[in-house]
Amino acid sequence: MSSLSKLRVRLRVNGEEHEMLVPVEKTLLEVLREDMGLTGTKHGCELGECGACAVLVDGKPVLSCLALPVELEGHEIMTVEGLAAAGRMHPLQEAFADLGAAQCGYCTPGFLLAAKSLLEQSSDPTRDEIKDALAGNLCRCTGYIKIYEAVELAARRMRSGSETAPEQAVLYGR
Amino acid sequence: MMRLPAFTYAAPRSIDEAARILAGEGPQAMLVAGGTDLYPNMKRRQQSPRVLIGLRGIRELSGITGIPTTGLSIGACTTLTDLSTHRLVVESYPALSRAVRTISTPILRNMGTIGGNICLDTRCNYYDQSYEWRRAINFCMKCDGDTCWVAPSSRTCLAVNSSDSVPLLCAIGATVRLAGTHGHREIAMRDFYNKDGIRYINKQPDEIVTHIALPPVNGWSATYHKLARRGSFDFPVLGVAVAMWRDPDGTVLDARIYLNAVASAPVEAAEARQALIGHKPTPDLIAHASHLASINAKPMDNTDLDYAWRKKMVRVYVRRALNGLS
Ligand SMILES: Cc1cc2nc3c(=O)[nH]c(=O)nc-3n(C[C@H](O)[C@H](O)[C@H](O)COP(=O)(O)OP(=O)(O)OC[C@H]3O[C@@H](n4cnc5c(N)ncnc54)[C@H](O)[C@@H]3O)c2cc1C
Ligand code: SF4
Ligand code: FES
Ligand code: FES
Repeated sequence: MSSLSKLRVRLRVNGEEHEMLVPVEKTLLEVLREDMGLTGTKHGCELGECGACAVLVDGKPVLSCLALPVELEGHEIMTVEGLAAAGRMHPLQEAFADLGAAQCGYCTPGFLLAAKSLLEQSSDPTRDEIKDALAGNLCRCTGYIKIYEAVELAARRMRSGSETAPEQAVLYGR
Repeated sequence: MMRLPAFTYAAPRSIDEAARILAGEGPQAMLVAGGTDLYPNMKRRQQSPRVLIGLRGIRELSGITGIPTTGLSIGACTTLTDLSTHRLVVESYPALSRAVRTISTPILRNMGTIGGNICLDTRCNYYDQSYEWRRAINFCMKCDGDTCWVAPSSRTCLAVNSSDSVPLLCAIGATVRLAGTHGHREIAMRDFYNKDGIRYINKQPDEIVTHIALPPVNGWSATYHKLARRGSFDFPVLGVAVAMWRDPDGTVLDARIYLNAVASAPVEAAEARQALIGHKPTPDLIAHASHLASINAKPMDNTDLDYAWRKKMVRVYVRRALNGLS
């Protein structure tokens, strides 16, 4: 399809400045995956109905399938690729792996980012607060319980500053 | 990938500039705020503007000013998250905060705005479909076709107003402020909508919604009850908003009941209101008023869930709302 106009946009993604020429109608999801090679962000419904494409903009989750790069200049964008720091997984990623909160894994990037935003506002969220914060992400595999438990475990580890393996009782559910 | 059609994008910095561009470009242009309604529609080719005018760079359109004793003014581009968590809204207009929190999901509420919510396109099972799906039924009157598949004899489109904030804003007596190239005007929320799924709002082509004004609280209390298939994501298939003003002895001095998602415009339950005014809301009176309200609702077979059942639920939801305030 021919584009009426290509725009030069400057995006800050995972702490790095990127400048590129893209058709204005390309969504952030398309630009991340197709122009920047950041395929960690998934495409599901592409209509706002699943949360697979969630990224953080200035620390808050938004749907990249309904966001235009031209509207996001000057903002800080974070994708799942930006979660690990200094070669180390984020505590949420470790907890998701430890507790089997990712099965097929397709929904995982969106969940991780929505959960990261929650834990930044509240270091010890209740189960209900976690459910509310993750109400915009669909998972067809896990049944959600393991995801809630993983967020709780990550929160616990982040509060205590330890990122070591959990006790068995935590690992095999309550 | 479902891609957006091509367009050019304008990012005005002021309301005047936006109104000028909108007037200059004519019908090929559309406003966009959060894009959470428009972009899915564009991906399905239900709407295909050649020019988009993005409103989020206009400072004067965001934020909330005023105090509850004289009323609040909400900028049209205030996000649903910022609106529903604003301290004054949570404390003094708790029903509005709760109604807005029922909209879709927390992620979507970080993007969607209140201006976009009150201008939300009407919805219908024959319209909210992909281009290929709609082409397979030879389209419908609302877009690209000429028959209404819900009621083939109908001369108007019956697509449904599906906003969660609109019935509540109507019930509490909010007003809409608009700006265009010919100046400003203010209109009551309840007069902003038409019973026509295609021309569903009373807005001139060059007008922009700038603010939603909330009246002073003044002893009124309000509530909103939503029926939807799931607790998140889903649009209402019935929304019931009630605002009530009562004497300290319990007598109803005034009450406004609005039903949404049952027609192209929010529906006022006027007979139920008359039945309540001047009386104490006993269980019998509430049952009677709920029955009267349900007569006003004529849901069609064009949203999720069985329409006969949705009609029955009007009485149940109005009763629950009235009980909650009594
Ligand atoms: C999966 C999903 C679920 C949803 N669930 C709900 C729900 O449960 N309840 C609900 O109420 N809504 C729901 N929505 C609809 C929508 O997301 C919200 O109504 C949102 O508030 C729309 O705001 P926006 O800023 O994103 O609108 P946009 O998409 O930017 O605009 C919507 C319309 O309003 C016009 N417009 C926007 N701003 C202005 C303005 N200032 N002046 C004049 N016209 C303007 C646009 O031209 C467009 O026609 C849902 C959407 C999706 C994708
Ligand atoms: S009510 Fe009729 S005309 Fe309107 S969108 Fe549905 S099928 Fe089309
Ligand atoms: S791909 Fe964006 S919400 Fe489903
Ligand atoms: S792990 Fe498969 S969708 Fe969530």
